[in-house]
Amino acid sequence: MIKTGSEIFVECLLRENVDILYGIPGGQLIPIFDKIYGSQLKLILTRHEQGAAHMADGYARSTGKTGVCIATSGPGATNLVTGLANAYLDSIPMVAFTGQVPTTLIGNDAFQEADITGITRPVTKHNYLVKDVKDLATVIREAFYIASTGRPGPVLVDIPADVQRASTEFIWPEKVSIRSYRPNYEGHPGQIKKAAELINSSKRPVLYVGGGVITSESSAEVIALAKKAEIPVTTTLLAIGAFPPDSELCLGMPGMHGTYFANHAIQNSDLLIAVGSRFDDRVTGKVSAFAPHARIIHIDIDPTSISKNVVVDVPVVGDAKSILLELNKEIKKSSHGEWISQINKWKKAHPITYQKDAKLRPQYVIEAIDELTKGEAIVVTEVGQHQMWAAQFYKAKKPRTFLSSGGLGTMGFGLPAAIGAKMANPDKIVVDISGDGSFQMNVQELATAVLNKVNIKVAILNNQYLGMVRQWQEMFYGKRYSATCLHRVPSCPEKCSKPGTKLCPAYTPDFVKLAEAYGAVGIRISTKKDVVPALKKALAVNKPVILEFMVEQEENVLPMVPAGAALDEIITNLA
Amino acid sequence: MRHTISALVENKFGVLARISTLFAARGFNIDSLSVGETEDPDVSRMTIVVRGDDRILEQVEKQLNKLVDVIKVIDFKGTAHLERDLVLVKVKADKTTRSEILQIVDIFRAKIVDVAADSLIVEITGDVNKIEAILLLLKPFGIKEMCRTGIIALARGLK
Ligand SMILES: Cc1ncc(C[n+]2csc(CCOP(=O)(O)OP(=O)(O)O)c2C)c(N)n1
Ligand SMILES: [Mg+2]
Repeated sequence: MIKTGSEIFVECLLRENVDILYGIPGGQLIPIFDKIYGSQLKLILTRHEQGAAHMADGYARSTGKTGVCIATSGPGATNLVTGLANAYLDSIPMVAFTGQVPTTLIGNDAFQEADITGITRPVTKHNYLVKDVKDLATVIREAFYIASTGRPGPVLVDIPADVQRASTEFIWPEKVSIRSYRPNYEGHPGQIKKAAELINSSKRPVLYVGGGVITSESSAEVIALAKKAEIPVTTTLLAIGAFPPDSELCLGMPGMHGTYFANHAIQNSDLLIAVGSRFDDRVTGKVSAFAPHARIIHIDIDPTSISKNVVVDVPVVGDAKSILLELNKEIKKSSHGEWISQINKWKKAHPITYQKDAKLRPQYVIEAIDELTKGEAIVVTEVGQHQMWAAQFYKAKKPRTFLSSGGLGTMGFGLPAAIGAKMANPDKIVVDISGDGSFQMNVQELATAVLNKVNIKVAILNNQYLGMVRQWQEMFYGKRYSATCLHRVPSCPEKCSKPGTKLCPAYTPDFVKLAEAYGAVGIRISTKKDVVPALKKALAVNKPVILEFMVEQEENVLPMVPAGAALDEIITNLA
Repeated sequence: MRHTISALVENKFGVLARISTLFAARGFNIDSLSVGETEDPDVSRMTIVVRGDDRILEQVEKQLNKLVDVIKVIDFKGTAHLERDLVLVKVKADKTTRSEILQIVDIFRAKIVDVAADSLIVEITGDVNKIEAILLLLKPFGIKEMCRTGIIALARGLK
């Protein structure tokens, strides 16, 4: 059948089982939006293209399916860039479509022209500029295939307006075969044997699991391995939810704001089994002092992750799930009583905690959210101190229920990602744990939430600071609060490190009024005793709710491994 | 360490940019890069000569392999292979120096491909050693202009 490029676009997305896409139209996308209009595709109009990308991302993280977003040429396309980079660094399957000026104008600095394939090359897994309508169906098919296979990632497809309008015979490519792209899933049996031997003879093993375990749906296999060989497990920010938090073997998060016991376990281990994790510098601390006594097994689908930062002894390249299934057959049932009791001593001596007094402390808010939702909500975070507290105090029980921007650390990710996650999981409670700074980076998406009745709950831990940066200034820069106070006005004293005095100018914006302006519910909570009732109320309301918790302003995230220090140089309290 | 890397890639626009971006992002200076068709017109071969830390280079090679348009990457280090570079060099030459230059060209089995009143263009093919050697000898006469294709390489023997 003869179809136009725009009709092919809609047809291909339906065949790829896309049920929802996020975006904003523009001049060079009118043909495609015209065909979306009245089709079975559900398009959610966002208020900013970055919001569209993060919504597609939240949709993907919470389901494992490929998220889809769409933006017009030029500024629409460039607005996607942060969202693509964010998805790229966290290996999230996503396909982004952009309109482009007609092929005849490409390269002319035409109105709203941007070389978006050039711009996004370093932040996408692959990208395409479709110059001929005959290629469109194949390109879309390949884009979805590449985004979702191997190590997933975002793929961008740039479609010039004349290609959208041109017609061709529509042929749906049943199969995708790309000779230069053949991800390898099976692990090498010899390597798996070697890994099993190391595990069988280790005395102080640690499993260090990352986002790859979520992607490959191998949390059950990790649990089985941990139980069979009695191996404690540390889960990175992206792997939270992959291992039951109430297990004795659970070490929590490693790294800069990881637990004392996870970091000490790594430093004292004789065998580190890394699964779907990539030895990020926020995890390893000083690389040369990382896990000094350990042999390292690294299971990862991406060969470029192997021995990138840390040289490993036994690499196993392939899909974590199939490798762990094989590995679990090869390992002996064993126990490491002495090692576990050592870890329990560390746990007892240095638990993750905070000062439990009458003050409204941010950690308390997270604990209350955890209790009220029984750790069964989908928690999304922004970036900053609140993100780390969420990671430390929210006990996510299942994969895909803790969604956070790990690799890029994108403030403004949480609100739109929460909207995407809630749309994909309408029956789940979705809470965005937010900071007062981050919230304002994509606040416009409140309109998207309200109009589409996406009943997310946003808990803003308002410390009136860009808190994470302020903490570094306090700890390492002599409390010189350069540009981190969100009250600051030109008449403030040049140097000020005293928060919350009566003389401080009023905080802007008033988040409660802002929520109301958008048609959401706003609740401000200023005392500890009001936290639980307010949360209960928020959960009971069938509307998006913004909770503004006026928390202690200068609370710090602890423990902390200072940048460049070894994991065992961890600071547990500030004297 | 000097590496000669050969990448078989899909003959599509944008591939060269993807590859050079990878090297640039890691701070590698490319000594030479040549691109051309192979026995299969849909496949191009890029031959890249770079110098750099072995471990970082191994990482770059893996990343090259990871690019969707790259079919195969070969590092010729440690394998028997042939390398060739083609140079066109315009050398100052007058009555007094011409015969001397001709002798050098002869010894190196190079070719004179253009003659003008005050210069000659010499065409040289060979590996790096040969080319460096003849250039060294031609230099004193005065090199006006020079152009090189960059190294191309193939493994010896059966495929
Ligand atoms: C887009 C973006 N800009 C800047 C930063 C640097 N940064 C990291 S955390 C942070 C402060 C975040 O403030 P807030 O959202 O209020 O969270 P808090 O740390 O106070 O909990 C900043 C500015 C970032 N991560 N992302
Ligand atoms: Mg803040």
